[in-house]
Amino acid sequence: MNLAVAFFYLFSALMIASAFMVIAARNPVHSVLFLILAFVNAAGLFLLLGAEFLAMILVVVYIGAVAVLFLFVVMMLDVDFAVLKQGFLQYLPIGALIGIIMVIELILVMSGWSASQASLGNAGAPTPPDVSNTLALGRVLYTKFVYFFQAAGLVLLTAMIGAIVLTLRHKSDVRRQDIGEQNARDRKQAVELKKIPFRTGV
Amino acid sequence: MTIGLTHYLIVAAIMFTLGILGIILNRKNIIVILMSVELILLSVNINLVSFSSFLGDLTGQVFSLFILTVAAAEAAIGLAILVTYYRNRGSIAVEDINAMKG
Repeated sequence: MNLAVAFFYLFSALMIASAFMVIAARNPVHSVLFLILAFVNAAGLFLLLGAEFLAMILVVVYIGAVAVLFLFVVMMLDVDFAVLKQGFLQYLPIGALIGIIMVIELILVMSGWSASQASLGNAGAPTPPDVSNTLALGRVLYTKFVYFFQAAGLVLLTAMIGAIVLTLRHKSDVRRQDIGEQNARDRKQAVELKKIPFRTGV
Repeated sequence: MTIGLTHYLIVAAIMFTLGILGIILNRKNIIVILMSVELILLSVNINLVSFSSFLGDLTGQVFSLFILTVAAAEAAIGLAILVTYYRNRGSIAVEDINAMKG
């Protein structure tokens, strides 16, 4: 058994175990941490498949941004999660039944699958033999798939604007800076001269 | 023995089923439902990348990159809606979310 095979089984076993813990953990903070572990192991599987760029993107974007966002939200909301956990055992029999049937069906479909020799010839973007994965991806991403790349940027822009619009709120009791009002101030508004009587004070 | 395409597909199938199971079992906790959706998208990505690797076609990896983009956008918008909802109602229980029911 060589090293790649051993690592495949290590990564996939850890990933499946942590995915199970994501849905079974009592505390949602633990769920998020197991989600991070599942993403790390998926990045390891991507490395074994030769998709180095996607593995690094998975670590940077998924763990660095999405999972940490989940962690922030879970810790920020003050919710009694024990109440939300009710009904877990109630749905367990039907859920387990559906899950077992589905995994058996999927495995049967996957096991009987094979690529026809005719379809292997017409790859949309064949992997070039002697360049790195990142370079090969960049060469097709900015040429052949450039419109999809722009559309992905548009999706991210929409998500950014939507998230800001949804969560930004103006409180009425917070004093804000009004630059126009500041610039419109003149000497009459800003300085007041008072005549102070002698020996009486203000 | 060597690791073939089928091994990766079976791992992705198990991950997909775990994601579906998470949605069925945690019907009340919308945060765990969102995390289950992330698991499902991850299993789809594993499928695409393994097909791309074993068939020698980079299109799968490019598509997987776009799925990552959409998943990040979806998580951000979903969590923003959740935070707004919690501010207004003080709860995130799924069965309380029925304001748009006719």
